[in-house]
Amino acid sequence: MSVETILVFGEGDEGSPSGLTLELLAAARGLATNVEVFVAGDGAAMAAELGAHGATKVHTTGSLDGKLMGVHAAAALQAHLETSSPDAVFFGQTPDGRDTAARLAVRIDQPVVTNNVGASIEDGTLVVEEPVFGGTQNVFTAFRNDGPALAMFRPKSFEAEATGGAEAEVVAVDAIDPGPAGSASVTGRHVEERSGPQLDDAEVVVSGGRGLGQPEAFEMVDELAGLLDAASGASRAIVDAGWVPYSKQVGQTGKVVKPNVYVACGISGATQHLVGMKGSKHIIAINKDPEAPIFGVADLGIVGDVHKVIPALIEALKSR
Amino acid sequence: MKVVVCVKQIPDPALPGELDPTTNYLKRDDKLILDESDSYGVEMALQLVEAAGGGEVSLVSMAANGEVSGLRTALAMGAEDAVLVSDDALAGSDALGTARVLGAAISRMSPDLVLAGVESSDGYTGTVPEMIAGVLEMPSITFAKKIEVDGTTVKVQRQTEAGYDDVECQTPALVSVTAGVVEPRYPSFKGIMAAKKKPVEELDLAALGVDAAAVGQSGARQETVRVTEAEERQAGEVIEDEGDAHDKIVEFLGELKVV
Repeated sequence: MSVETILVFGEGDEGSPSGLTLELLAAARGLATNVEVFVAGDGAAMAAELGAHGATKVHTTGSLDGKLMGVHAAAALQAHLETSSPDAVFFGQTPDGRDTAARLAVRIDQPVVTNNVGASIEDGTLVVEEPVFGGTQNVFTAFRNDGPALAMFRPKSFEAEATGGAEAEVVAVDAIDPGPAGSASVTGRHVEERSGPQLDDAEVVVSGGRGLGQPEAFEMVDELAGLLDAASGASRAIVDAGWVPYSKQVGQTGKVVKPNVYVACGISGATQHLVGMKGSKHIIAINKDPEAPIFGVADLGIVGDVHKVIPALIEALKSR
Repeated sequence: MKVVVCVKQIPDPALPGELDPTTNYLKRDDKLILDESDSYGVEMALQLVEAAGGGEVSLVSMAANGEVSGLRTALAMGAEDAVLVSDDALAGSDALGTARVLGAAISRMSPDLVLAGVESSDGYTGTVPEMIAGVLEMPSITFAKKIEVDGTTVKVQRQTEAGYDDVECQTPALVSVTAGVVEPRYPSFKGIMAAKKKPVEELDLAALGVDAAAVGQSGARQETVRVTEAEERQAGEVIEDEGDAHDKIVEFLGELKVV
């Protein structure tokens, strides 16, 4: 069973749609006969790639001239929804996706259901799936509203897949002035220097947690990551403590990773962290507490001192 | 400067959570505590008022059973007073219903700045702050790691996937604060004693002028159709390090063809 049209809120930069946007297109294609994209920004530059992933149209506002996206995107989306009536609008669980969905919900008085990892159509209605309690249970929610179903999805919930479709038709959407509520402006951008594999798509991730004991010990996590051609990640505890930047955080409030191998060093495995990494194919954990919950999900668990095991592992890898 | 901080009182996250088998709502039978995510908003508000050379930090919260113990923690940190919205009709409210209620409460308080955590530790929708700004028709900046107020201009470092953006807007505005960006102060003994006497105004929906049909389960317009147990990931081999665990890891990585 399928519905007619699903609109995907598309994000990306420098003319490329984000991986999450392409994932949402794949999910929407499985549920609807027609999939379109709405971009608050330069959607025209993304039209070819969006089309190749099955979008028929890209509705685009063009540049927002440095305004913070949410309020402006929601105002333009509201105007768009007055002339078009998709069955659902899919958002990625990103900062701008959340802002836009939240503002839109208030403007059109429709509920948003967040944190989903799955979707289906049951009796003609969208039903979304949200993992709760660290992914031990799944809650399935059906929309019972009389407007579009606004649903937000976590990254890596679906596999992006190109269909080889033609370039999406570009439809210009009028920008709407949201008044003083839309006054927030971006005055500068700061991009942290990133080198080597990125957390999002690395084959191997090596993460460190509180068990490292001190900030300097994260250097050995980085060194081990370098030897394995891996990205380094971190638990929320050491991000909150200021040892490493937020961009390295793996977990509910950070990134969701699904690498081939995940190596958890000195991470106890709080629910918050497990949510972000337990979809990894293989998990290796090193922790001194044999009762640590991380061992419940590890394929290979080492009960030991990270300060002994990791240096020995680094030496062993170097000597190969 | 008047700052209102949204705070949520939640079941202790250290205890295992449970859904009510009849309603599928999160069980909130035990004592509720101040959500740690909100302690950063409270701390940020106190610091901003100190930096501004004076002002007042007020709290706003919504809880179905008149719960105040989490509010007392934030009052003990230094907030002046609190508004608690409590009404049986609120059970089952979603993010939008919650934002309508908190927005109605905040609009009576006429703040220069509204602060909230980015997301709660129990529901973590991460949408309520932005919805409140929508209800109040205020500008907003989410995911703040640093906030500076200069006259009527709010300057924020907003966390992004790649680093951070400098974002600014005019007051009155709402800013959501990322966890971990300030060190929440421990309430002093004096603070704890003083908090017991600080005013907590309790309001119901009628007092706020919010339609009960727009909140609670009926306002949420969504239905939990089923709850399933997730497939558990099987634990593998756990070994004690006796000086050679690194060999075991290398061997495992070899099997996976990573080395």
